[in-house]
Amino acid sequence: MKPATQQKPLELLFEIGCEEIPAGMLPKAEEELRGNLEKLLAAEDLSKDVTVETFSAPRRLTAWVRGLPAKQADVELEVTGPPKSVAYDAVGAPTRAALSFAEKQRVPVSSVYLVETAKGEHLAVKQVKVGRTTEQILTAILPRAVHDLSWPRTMTWTGLSGPRFIRPIRWVVAVLDGKPLGLRVAGIAANNSTSGHRFLGSRSIRVRNFLDYEKKLHANGVIIRPARRQEKIGKELEAFAKRGNYRIHEDPGLRRLVIYLNEHPTVIQGEFDPAFLGLPDEILITVMRDHQKYFAVEKKNGELAPQFLAVINSDKDTKGLIRAGHERVLRARFADARFFWEADQKCRLADYLPKLERVTYESRLGSYRDKVERMRDVARWLTEQWFNLGMHQAHVAEADRAAELSKCDLATEMVREFPELQGIVGGLYSRAQGEPDEIANAVYDHYRPVGLDDPIPRNLTGCAVALADKLDSVVGCLAVGITPTGSSDPFALRRASLGIVKIILENKLPLSLSLAVGAAGKALLVHKPKRGVTPDQESKIVDFLLDRARFVFREKEQFAYDEVAAVFRVGADDLVDTQKRLLALRAIRKSKNFEPLAISFKRIRKILEKAGVAPGGDGRVNPELFESPAERELHSGATAAATKVQTLKRGGKYQEALEVIAGLRPVVDRFFDGVMVMADREEVRKNRLALLANLLGEFTTIADFSEIGGEERAGAS
Amino acid sequence: MTVKVKLEERAKDLTFQDLILQLSEFWVKQGCVLQQPYDVEVGAGTMHPETFLRVLGPEPYRVGFVQPSRRPADGRYGENPNRLYKHTQFQVILKPSPEDVQDVYLRSLGALGIDLKKHDIRFEEDNWESPTLGAWGIGWQVLLDGLEITQFTYFQQSGGIDLDPISVELTYGLERICAFLQGVESVYELRWSADKTYGDIRLLEEQQLSEYSFDRSDAASISAEFELHEKQAKELLDGFKTAEGKSRARYPLLAAYDHCLKCSHLFNLMDARGVISTTERAALMARVRTLACRTAASYLQQLGGAETAAGVRA
Repeated sequence: MKPATQQKPLELLFEIGCEEIPAGMLPKAEEELRGNLEKLLAAEDLSKDVTVETFSAPRRLTAWVRGLPAKQADVELEVTGPPKSVAYDAVGAPTRAALSFAEKQRVPVSSVYLVETAKGEHLAVKQVKVGRTTEQILTAILPRAVHDLSWPRTMTWTGLSGPRFIRPIRWVVAVLDGKPLGLRVAGIAANNSTSGHRFLGSRSIRVRNFLDYEKKLHANGVIIRPARRQEKIGKELEAFAKRGNYRIHEDPGLRRLVIYLNEHPTVIQGEFDPAFLGLPDEILITVMRDHQKYFAVEKKNGELAPQFLAVINSDKDTKGLIRAGHERVLRARFADARFFWEADQKCRLADYLPKLERVTYESRLGSYRDKVERMRDVARWLTEQWFNLGMHQAHVAEADRAAELSKCDLATEMVREFPELQGIVGGLYSRAQGEPDEIANAVYDHYRPVGLDDPIPRNLTGCAVALADKLDSVVGCLAVGITPTGSSDPFALRRASLGIVKIILENKLPLSLSLAVGAAGKALLVHKPKRGVTPDQESKIVDFLLDRARFVFREKEQFAYDEVAAVFRVGADDLVDTQKRLLALRAIRKSKNFEPLAISFKRIRKILEKAGVAPGGDGRVNPELFESPAERELHSGATAAATKVQTLKRGGKYQEALEVIAGLRPVVDRFFDGVMVMADREEVRKNRLALLANLLGEFTTIADFSEIGGEERAGAS
Repeated sequence: MTVKVKLEERAKDLTFQDLILQLSEFWVKQGCVLQQPYDVEVGAGTMHPETFLRVLGPEPYRVGFVQPSRRPADGRYGENPNRLYKHTQFQVILKPSPEDVQDVYLRSLGALGIDLKKHDIRFEEDNWESPTLGAWGIGWQVLLDGLEITQFTYFQQSGGIDLDPISVELTYGLERICAFLQGVESVYELRWSADKTYGDIRLLEEQQLSEYSFDRSDAASISAEFELHEKQAKELLDGFKTAEGKSRARYPLLAAYDHCLKCSHLFNLMDARGVISTTERAALMARVRTLACRTAASYLQQLGGAETAAGVRA
């Protein structure tokens, strides 16, 4: 390779001008465009010392590439031709094959030489592949970089044979060091002219390079860098809060969204009639955030203030027209919400229960009415279990009532209008209608947790209803064959499973997963759709839940892959117990005896597998057949340890138990140093295998150490 | 409490009927045929044959019309200031979609006297879909100071058929726009004409039709009517398969479509009455969709035949 001649690096400005791209998609598109460009440049050997930055605003995706060479480096290649035997005749003169090879390579036959290859000696010739210019390469790869962007759903705006993109592409800017590139994207010829803000700028702005572009766009009402827009919004929100001694009701998702909804964000303040504050905060905030993209404002004491902050796509609202418009819209929205609230209060929440018959959960699993009946069974079963285990805060009747009310809000006007308030509305109505707090809060919380970091329901009744709901979803859906695949999980079964795991672990709930799945399965049989779940399906469903549990232990609790594997191998039906065993294992791992013992256990497993003996096998150990002291020593050491370990385990003292097991290391080591397991005499051999099988069976009930220290595998999470 | 700001624009004098006149005039100048509302009950302007059928096939077309749209479940007995059993849409179809369609649309707002520079106007993602028509499109809702005033859609499919070329559908919500322009809080306070309000003209209708669809409609009769209309639509669509030559060209597919629209409205009535059970709902919608999709497919065949015939004559 010859180094390219030193030249001033080139700069590229590339912009795709679009009709408004959905705000939520821009951050990812920005990232992807950068990734695509980096990848395509690297594939052309153009990425050395090159910086790619990308930006976006609703009507544009922009790339700024700096440090580009003027051309690719020339590359010297060796091209191989026919083998020596074919290329030269008996007297060593080049044959026709050699001559035609040289001709094809456009070199005199004298410059052809022989090289040693894997297939013997072959003719070869040196060729220099002249690097293409960066301009040529960019012309080819820029359209690709755009084409390769992935969107949730694309469209066409001309017809079936036309281009596809997230929204129509209307202009393209591609300028390399001041010079427009002759390329087309979506059938549109690139040039050096961009368009400003729809209402604040010119629609034909000539640009030379990125900094010129940024400056001119700014003058034409577009702040191209999302970070600058974020800064502007942040400053203006803070300034308002400071002025009025308020604070912003924090909402990171909304903050992110408004950055990408506006090319020129400006924060304006509006007010609403304090009489609306009689509606619950949750409803007011949802209307402001989800429907109007407004920030709610709180007083210092945390109460909502009759104020809102809107981010407009403009530079000012001199006459207060925009403010008046937004206030009017919000007033109508709040009036609607109040109308729904009042209409819904005309009957009691429980009266909506029959209406749930018309709200389908899943065609094969029936309506929400059916789901509620199943949930009630499971919630009662859960609380009964807990109560019998001495948890006196477990109330069967309250869990049953909360489950009964939990889905009623789906038939209310309020939730039909604001689906994101499901559960919350039910909780608010329950409270307003005099249900005890325990029940109202349980209804309110029962969709929780909606993610790994979302809190679980605040009381035990809520946990019972939430578990009943999620168990019913997971068991029902998996039983009728709805299995999440890749990114498709329409019934959010992964999230439900994660919720089950989280609730059990955070509340330290005693619960057997297999029994819980059984209880949910029974409800499916007793109530509609009256369908049985086979034992095989049940065990698959438990596996599905365990898979999520592994994920939680690894990702959230940061246990090592092999620790999770070792503990799960001996069972994880009781997740709280599983967690205890994991903690014990993690603690003991650092002790000096542990890893070597684990290696020995692994060796034992291999020996047993090879000999076809199951761990904990049925073979009796006969001390009469021992031939060496090392055998006897291991046997007596293990017997003594087994008694201690069993007592400790019963008391839940897993770490102490593991310490006792780790203490076996010297006798195990001496056994392997001095004893041949696969002895010639069959009875001796069988006796030794039985000894090892017992050892492995006895001491791998907390965790299977033979899993420890294995290589990190890519886990299926 | 709230800062009262008057619209310092000529728009504030615009009555409901002026709004219709202004939009009609604007779009006629853009080369649109000015059509009339469809005379069968529809839930949206999209169901008007001037949209549903015209977007099929290659022929360029531009049309605008007012369409009163019935949504029985949205009725509120005339008691809610924003919700209506029947609201009024102004519908525009531009086929094929022109490159500057957003600008043309924005100019139509200007024609209503809205000074775009003084307002916060944005195009916010909102993809439209009609499961009963087998139709969907990509686009936005247009927000004027936070108020949804127009649905702006690049139609991708109608009657389950991929469209080529693509039409743009603009659906203006006339009550909302008018309430914005007049600065009134309730739709019933809108000035329809110089001396009549929206309430004067429509309140009674809202009250009566809400009462009918929620409380007095006869579910069994509606259900029977649905069956009858479906039957007729099916028979007509089946008959088209064997129609040939001249009788094929004048085969009454448009009548089949009318029956399909009837089914759609009857479905809405059943829905508002709350008599549709778990599984029925999806099934009924699928039945209407089947009629719509079959009509669209047959219509295209008929259109293709007509073109071929015209080609032969020429």
